[in-house]
Amino acid sequence: MKRWLPLVVFAVLVGFFAKGLFLNPREVPSPFIGKPAPAFSLPVVGNPGAAFSPADMKGKVWLLNVWAPWCVSCRQEHGVLMELSRNQPVPIVGLNWKDKEREAEQLLAQHGSPYLAVPDDLTGKVGIDYGVTGTPETYVIDKAGIIRMKQVGPISPEVWKEKFEPKLKELGA
Amino acid sequence: MIPELGHFALIVALLLALTQAILPLYGAQRGNLTLMSVARPAAQGQFVFVAIAFGCLAYSFLTNDFSVENVARNSFSQLPEIYRFTATWGSHEGSMLLWALILGFWTTAVSVFSRHLPDDMVARVIGIMGLISSGFLAFLLTTSNPFLRLLPAAADGRDMNPLLQDPGMVIHPPMLYMGYVGFSVAFAFAIAALLSGRLDAAWARWSRPWTTVAWAFLTFGIGLGSWWAYNELGWGGWWFWDPTENASFMPWLAGTALIHSLAVTEKRGAFKAWTVLLALTAFSLSLLGTFLVRSGVLSSVHAFATDPARGAFILGFLVVVIGGSLALFAWRAPKMLTGGRFTWFSREALLLSNNVVLLAALGTVLLGTLYPLLLDALGMGKISVGAPYFNAVFVPVIAPALFLMGIGPLARWKEASLPDMVARLKWALAISVATGLLLPLTLKGFNPWATLGFTLSVWIALTVLIGFRERLKHGGRLNSLPRGFWGMQLAHLGMAWGVAGITLVANYQQEHDVRMNVGDHTQLAGYTFTFQGTTERPGPNYRAARGTVEVSQNGKKLFVLHPEKRIYNASGMPMTEAAINYNFFRDIYVALGEPLDDQATTWVVRIFHKPFINWLWIGALFMAIGGFLAASDRRYRIAVKALVPGNTAVQGA
Amino acid sequence: MKSLLFSLLLLLAIPAWAGEAVSVGEDPVIEQRMVNLAEELRCLVCQNESLAGSHAELAEDLRREIRVQMKAGKNDKEVIEYLTTRYGDFVLYRPPFKPLTYLLWLGPLLFLAIGGSAWYATLKKRRAQKDSPVDEKQIAAAAQLLDEKQ
Repeated sequence: MKRWLPLVVFAVLVGFFAKGLFLNPREVPSPFIGKPAPAFSLPVVGNPGAAFSPADMKGKVWLLNVWAPWCVSCRQEHGVLMELSRNQPVPIVGLNWKDKEREAEQLLAQHGSPYLAVPDDLTGKVGIDYGVTGTPETYVIDKAGIIRMKQVGPISPEVWKEKFEPKLKELGA
Repeated sequence: MIPELGHFALIVALLLALTQAILPLYGAQRGNLTLMSVARPAAQGQFVFVAIAFGCLAYSFLTNDFSVENVARNSFSQLPEIYRFTATWGSHEGSMLLWALILGFWTTAVSVFSRHLPDDMVARVIGIMGLISSGFLAFLLTTSNPFLRLLPAAADGRDMNPLLQDPGMVIHPPMLYMGYVGFSVAFAFAIAALLSGRLDAAWARWSRPWTTVAWAFLTFGIGLGSWWAYNELGWGGWWFWDPTENASFMPWLAGTALIHSLAVTEKRGAFKAWTVLLALTAFSLSLLGTFLVRSGVLSSVHAFATDPARGAFILGFLVVVIGGSLALFAWRAPKMLTGGRFTWFSREALLLSNNVVLLAALGTVLLGTLYPLLLDALGMGKISVGAPYFNAVFVPVIAPALFLMGIGPLARWKEASLPDMVARLKWALAISVATGLLLPLTLKGFNPWATLGFTLSVWIALTVLIGFRERLKHGGRLNSLPRGFWGMQLAHLGMAWGVAGITLVANYQQEHDVRMNVGDHTQLAGYTFTFQGTTERPGPNYRAARGTVEVSQNGKKLFVLHPEKRIYNASGMPMTEAAINYNFFRDIYVALGEPLDDQATTWVVRIFHKPFINWLWIGALFMAIGGFLAASDRRYRIAVKALVPGNTAVQGA
Repeated sequence: MKSLLFSLLLLLAIPAWAGEAVSVGEDPVIEQRMVNLAEELRCLVCQNESLAGSHAELAEDLRREIRVQMKAGKNDKEVIEYLTTRYGDFVLYRPPFKPLTYLLWLGPLLFLAIGGSAWYATLKKRRAQKDSPVDEKQIAAAAQLLDEKQ
């Protein structure tokens, strides 16, 4: 019996490896799911003097999209978001992350803005508070201000259909 | 034309490998000498064709044939010639081809140096190796063909990963693969012994030199890898417990256990089943490492571009090779206790405890490496297991093995006397413990890790000396001691040396991160470092900011270091090229961080003083040399002559 | 005389004052603490690098954030908590000891225990075993066949 042990151990490992092939070791779940969205107050791009705070969105289901003018995959996503902002009733807030060259305002004026508001996180501090590791990342926040979902990487029409639509329906958006 | 020739050669090699696998294995089972005799020529032919394929790929790289996708992805017209050659195995596809080439080389070596072995044994060993070859060649041809064309051809390549553009990378992969693949010989011998049911002392004797040589290559390869990381990664570390490093370390631990257990099987006929299992394990872990690094299941610094199709293929291959061999083991391993009686204090018992500890250490590394994957697969979240974990658990687990290393070689087979051993070793023990306790006090105060490291290092070194003294007292002369003895002692001494280096550098290195403007200076470990600014210096395929740091001591100028910050032309990737002043007692390591202003006059400069770090690699070198020396022992060559008549007699019967 | 000495001292002091390089973090004590802590943390955007060794921008931001927190008087535990609430346990290279990681931390002990008991069981059998003359003969014969000298 003892001589079968190595084979048994190996078989168990193979099971894990087979499962592992379908997992992405880089995809880390956000610890914020089910927790309140961290509060902040930031100036708004293109609207001097105004400030944005997540508390302003109480009672609405909304998306917080973290993007940056220097981010290449955000440009791809921009088109998808524009489309969504025309058809979908969900407000999108675009956190402008670490825009040191101050390009966001001009870029949005040029290509159109899918955003309800664009808070300006110049130092990246708010991004860190949300556990952002790179752009684009998108948070789904419910009516009570609780983070319900996080998407790492650009939103494509497929991702929207598979991940966002059911979630938004569930939250009653 | 040339890439197609290479592709064609690869197909022929696969057909030959299949022939080499099927006919001799079937022949050995049927006792058909004609079929068995196919083994040698098929193996040698297969090697020739893989070599042709490899040559074609190398040619495509050297001639900048950017119509080959692999060349376009991994090379660049401005790349220096030597790196264009090493780029041949810099990619996933190329490194698999190198793997196949080295497997062919080992098989050919077996076919040449096996004249004294029974024909069915040779047929089985070469057949098993052919089976493994077939798997790798099929893998290359189906999922990882290095000869695919790019239409239209690229104007220029995307360059080799700058991290790999280092002299250490020229020979590190070939040496490492010589080790990994070398374990396939011990694996094939073990399978052949299980198939034939002849697990005897002769089998252990035949396996031993092959295993030892493979182990020595692996030791050398791992040492080089660590040396490369130290030079190239720019943070002064030499071992990070990255999955890729662990993938090479696990077969090493299994191989180390194997060479010790083979000694018992050869000399005393004991532990046969265990030794077979270790031989299967060592090579299985080499294969497992390939899977871990190339399938994308773990994230690693050195991971190759990953692809689930490749992962699935290798996993299937693992199931066939490892699963098949472990099933064969369960079915055919000897059920009886083999070998003679021995007591709890004997060389057998000590070598067994060495195996227990090495395997526990191996289990620890495997557990830590796979734990994130295990939790993730069970849906229990993502965690990271890194250097702090491994350093905390590995050192206490491996320490007993280092202690036993001092006693094992001095103990008698069957039954040793404890009082006698105490009498022989009491002074060595006293001196090593005293050194361990006192040396840290003279350096930076009491430190339990330093005490442990120094004690074990001095202990191993002293017991090696005692081993020599006792041999000489019994009438031996230094030059008449067998090479096997010399090899073992050198390897053990290398371990002592390496442990001393690790202890010193881990506990007493100094680091200083400073902002330096032109003319600024700073002090570290009694040296004064003066920053004299940077100059632009174009390299063959990069542009560098080359810093000048003058190092002086007590007002006397000693030497000048030139750390570089490079931007590679094709990839735009920045690289830190540290400047190191080496000597026997310490390294001074200077790396440029980021420029802090637009004129690049102020830089972040990272300075390390690393005491005795070179001892680590000297230790690894000694271990490798010890391995080669032991494998060249006369006994293995005498056996060739002595066995030839015996061999024919067996066949006649 | 006194003023001469003073200006001499000043002369001696000037080069050191003019060109003494400053530590990257202004406070060397905090810098050392930051580096020690960052070596145990994972750079989230790199393949597999510590926060201390990485040149990635996010790593630099986080190192700066750790410095700020330490300067504000937070201890290492609080800084780690600050990071894990944002990035999860994934950021820790030394996983915390909790039910999910019991096997990870106790595994090495378990392996030693299993190995130790296997060792003990083998030894008990071996001591009880009689020296089989057949085995001894086989070993001797094999040794002779292989021209064993020792």
